[in-house]
Amino acid sequence: MAGLLEDRRQDREDAEVPTAGLADIAFLLLIFFLVTTTINVDTGIGMTLPPMLEDQEPPPVKDRNLLKVLVNSQGNLLVEEEEARIGQLRERVKRHVTNYGDNPDLAVSPSKAVISIKTDAKTPYDTYIEVLDEVWMAYREIWDQIARTGQTPQGDAVDLDQTYSSYQEYYNTLEPGDDNKIRDAFGAQISIAEPDSDE
Amino acid sequence: MARFERRSSDTDPGFTTASLPDIVFMLLIFFMVSTVLREQDIKVRTELPQAEALTKIDQKRLISKIHIGPLKKGENEGETAIQIEDALIENRKAIRNIMYNKIQEQPKLIASLKVDVGSEMDVVNEVQQELRQAGALRINYSSNRENPPQ
Repeated sequence: MAGLLEDRRQDREDAEVPTAGLADIAFLLLIFFLVTTTINVDTGIGMTLPPMLEDQEPPPVKDRNLLKVLVNSQGNLLVEEEEARIGQLRERVKRHVTNYGDNPDLAVSPSKAVISIKTDAKTPYDTYIEVLDEVWMAYREIWDQIARTGQTPQGDAVDLDQTYSSYQEYYNTLEPGDDNKIRDAFGAQISIAEPDSDE
Repeated sequence: MARFERRSSDTDPGFTTASLPDIVFMLLIFFMVSTVLREQDIKVRTELPQAEALTKIDQKRLISKIHIGPLKKGENEGETAIQIEDALIENRKAIRNIMYNKIQEQPKLIASLKVDVGSEMDVVNEVQQELRQAGALRINYSSNRENPPQ
């Protein structure tokens, strides 16, 4: 009787589906997907285009609040009607937006300041990106400073829970839908001027 | 006690591999989900510019790519062309309809402009005007990270 019981147990173990090969199949598929996967994140300079205006005029901007940057077909820069180099642009932008009404030629407040970039039809695209990048970097540096100190350049406190080593670090803590307090406190207005329509 | 010791010495040495397929399947499913098998067949050359002030677009489903650059024609470069998804755009005024349809499906769409560094601004401006007409206002000038000076 005991011998019979042992025989039956032996039978049942033999009837199991062998799963040893399953791992091999799974590994094969895994290696295929590992090789074909590219986890690349799209990076770039984000902008928001102005909505198409039907009839109404665009809202007027006072001349002192506007920093005009013109880029010609040779890639030369004209900042507020004066020639400038791209390397100087970052400082010019920072001076303009952190003026807080001190200099009567520069912006009244950061929220009113507008950086206007206008290009020629033959402007090389990489020069345009370089200029745009410099303008954004000027804002980034100000945001970095806010993230580090928790204060705007004027000294107003920004309600951050802690200080961060950079704006990027603060930005990474934001969940989708959260308010970006640094950008709320110190917004960036960059306008891409409409091309002349005389062509 | 003696019986317990004897039984434990009887057990088969070696670890069980029964849960190995589970682990591998878990990894497999992760890579299957994150894989993009077929990149678009890009007919224009787009060598992206380099920039510092970059933002990442994490939500891939929001992105609609617009390629602008010279046509790939073997060794020599062709004229500047615009490609949206698989199709080259013949009539530039058609962009507004294409993008309008896309924005109806995905109102938070981001138009990722992949523009070749050798392009000129007139074609970029033209595309931007079309995007404004379509109401696709969120754009992104796709660029690569600038290498820090060595």
